[in-house]
Amino acid sequence: MTNDTAELNQETAPRPAAVHPVGHPIGILAELTHRCPLRCPYCSNPLELERREAELDTATWKRVLSEAVALGVLHVHLSGGEPTARADLVELTAHCAAEGLYTNLITSGVGRAGAMLPALSEAGLDHVQLSFQGAKAETTDRVGGYAGGHAAKLAFAAQVTDLGLPLTVNAVFHRANIHEVEDMIALAVALKARRLEVAHTQYYGWAYANRAALMPARPDVDRSVAIVEEARKRLEGVLVIDMVIPDYYARYPKPCSGGWGRRTLNVTPTGRVLPCHAAESIPGLEFWSVRDHALGDIWRASPAFNAFRGTEWMREPCRSCDRREMDFGGCRCQAMALAGDASLTDPACSKSPFHARVEALATAEAAGPAPDFIYRTIGGASVPRREGAKS
Amino acid sequence: MRAEETDVPRLPRGVKLKYDQVRERHVLLAPERAFDIDETAAAVLELVDGQRTCGQIVDELALRFDEKREVIAADVRDMIGDLIARRVIER
Repeated sequence: MTNDTAELNQETAPRPAAVHPVGHPIGILAELTHRCPLRCPYCSNPLELERREAELDTATWKRVLSEAVALGVLHVHLSGGEPTARADLVELTAHCAAEGLYTNLITSGVGRAGAMLPALSEAGLDHVQLSFQGAKAETTDRVGGYAGGHAAKLAFAAQVTDLGLPLTVNAVFHRANIHEVEDMIALAVALKARRLEVAHTQYYGWAYANRAALMPARPDVDRSVAIVEEARKRLEGVLVIDMVIPDYYARYPKPCSGGWGRRTLNVTPTGRVLPCHAAESIPGLEFWSVRDHALGDIWRASPAFNAFRGTEWMREPCRSCDRREMDFGGCRCQAMALAGDASLTDPACSKSPFHARVEALATAEAAGPAPDFIYRTIGGASVPRREGAKS
Repeated sequence: MRAEETDVPRLPRGVKLKYDQVRERHVLLAPERAFDIDETAAAVLELVDGQRTCGQIVDELALRFDEKREVIAADVRDMIGDLIARRVIER
């Protein structure tokens, strides 16, 4: 959090609990650990990574996952960090399967992932999402900061499809690899993936700290979008391509997490429960831990989950906007990071007074020389401050 | 995309039809997707077993629903074709 909040002075106090319906969450992101062999400079984990000694134990995770089912959760995303760094991942997967949860493994495919995969499959794993940092070996290995990573991922992908498991390839794009979108689509087809996520970088956590090294130029973004649109038609029934647009260049913001406290919850390695993975970058929010509370109580009653539920908290231009139930004002964390107040309109929205400045900032960073990556590391990262959009 | 009457659709690994006790309705669970399934769609999907052809599925539904076979056939072939395009059903 050191970077996201360093430039901000204004505190955002949680709003008093307003009248808003609390629905059933559909997904839970279980960040089992922050340990990871890769060092991607766009990692969405916070800059202050949690250490192994502080992680939740197996019994607590099992209880939390069972409570998630009772709340209505359908999908569990076993994530991290690298989830296969947890020795108990097979046991946790079997527990999820027995509870009827749809289990999705979000993995780098390196380290012990390949050795563990057959047992995970046997335990009832439903789906694998495998990351690639580039379509070419030198790109993957450089961006991930891990020699031999690309080759390991290719072998892992073959293992996944040989086991009959559905494979999604997830590729995060930025200025260092945006010219590899076409090759990535071809690679996903060659690997027999059913889905490809073309995910333009979202600027949270490490990506926010590395923004100038990652921000692509607008014409490159437009070209990548055109490539995806053409490929979707050509590959109908072969490969489904989902795309995340880089929102600094967008007209309207993304409905972050499908709306605050509406569809998903995120449990950190040490057990804090967040409405989204970056929510801790908003100062003044009170998060509850599964060590102290049942998951259902946290979902319904914790101050952080109620802070931005519904539309009562909104200010103009969101409050009277006819898109307020479509995008929910965009991302609270991005409003915090770029406008200095989490209750403002996400500056990705063209109706935000900060929007022009954000777009200009992106254009300027993309045109400037790319700084070296600050690679993700547990402890010891020295992260320079980055200019926000506010003056 | 529209499926053919001779196609034999199946739900591949990683796609599951489930009755959701909390919301009291069927859902089709797939990678990063959950489809709300109404009673009619559930009746179709319960017959998608990797054995029956689309034509046989239509025949069975025509016995159960008071509707012309060609109307049911169009609906079933569109629905299954749409899920094939999304890689949720294989044939």
